[in-house]
Amino acid sequence: MASTITTTNGEPKLWLGGVEPMKASYGKLMMWFFLLSDTFTFGAFLVSYGLIRYSYPAYSGDVADFTFSNLYWPIPEKVFASVPFLHGVYLPLVFVGIMTFILIFSSVTMVLAVEAGNRKDRAGVQKWLLWTLLGGITFLSCQAWEWSHFIHGTEEGTVITELVNNQWIERTIYGANLIENQYGPVAFADLFFFITGFHGFHVSIGVSLLFLVFYRTATGFYDRRGSYEMVEKVGLYWHFVDLVWVFVFTFFYLV
Amino acid sequence: MAHSHDQHVAADGGAAQRKVIWKTFWILLILTAFEFLIAFTMAHGTLRITIFVLMTIVKAFYIVGEFMHLRHETKSLIWAITIPTVLLIWFVVALIVEGAYFFEEINIFKFRN
Repeated sequence: MASTITTTNGEPKLWLGGVEPMKASYGKLMMWFFLLSDTFTFGAFLVSYGLIRYSYPAYSGDVADFTFSNLYWPIPEKVFASVPFLHGVYLPLVFVGIMTFILIFSSVTMVLAVEAGNRKDRAGVQKWLLWTLLGGITFLSCQAWEWSHFIHGTEEGTVITELVNNQWIERTIYGANLIENQYGPVAFADLFFFITGFHGFHVSIGVSLLFLVFYRTATGFYDRRGSYEMVEKVGLYWHFVDLVWVFVFTFFYLV
Repeated sequence: MAHSHDQHVAADGGAAQRKVIWKTFWILLILTAFEFLIAFTMAHGTLRITIFVLMTIVKAFYIVGEFMHLRHETKSLIWAITIPTVLLIWFVVALIVEGAYFFEEINIFKFRN
């Protein structure tokens, strides 16, 4: 290339322009750096979650005797123990496990779509993109159910005692909002909505991108362009979303 | 016209690569299942948390390395992504420790004898 600066024996100098030093195209590199910046964002959320959570006492006592209270941080498997259509059945962390499996599986189908794109196999790309899209939409629906169940609360609710007009009053609260929740301290529900909400927002953006890429594949746009690299770039974003979920799942539901 | 990186189609039509993809899927699934097992059988404590965090980092290694293909990119790109992330982990650990100290400060009168 005329614009490449070379050494005296003609080899291009790696960092002085005209070559791709990281052997990745501009679009792919920029996607990687965007994902790195998004890692910092989610990292900051998880850090503040860790800080706030550890500034509250943990429940000390037998797990079997656990009850909800706003004095200590709840045990996650006691909070997230419901599955749709199975009302009243105690299934700790089952539903979130299903959600994790769905997202990991959608990541696999995404890689298969990218691999098909490498071989310029348009039918394969379409098939695997559709599976990924289905996985993403299913995940969002599951998350929506999880939120609505969390907000609605359990049948028993939790009795809280508070000082109103210099008198201690007891009342039962159900579910969760940003001001109070039946499961634990206010921060518990706040952080749940904030972190899973931000993640869900990223998933919805991913679903839109997936649909756009699917449309372009189906109409032969990438065949005419000669490269399915766009599928790969959207794939990077989708894997990032899956990766964030793996971390959110561990820190919120397991730890 | 976008410069397209020539993806050389492997001689077996990509079958070996697909095998690696499915193998990685099974590894991730088994790791997650194992995490669930630990969640329900192990006593709550620091060891349990450490195991969870380590397993999550292993899963992250597989997702980023294989699914996002970072393992097969140039070294400078690998380092550009991994070094800031490792420093981020330091940040996480440091602030969790801060949180524990913060908790003791809030409750300083409770802990005095």
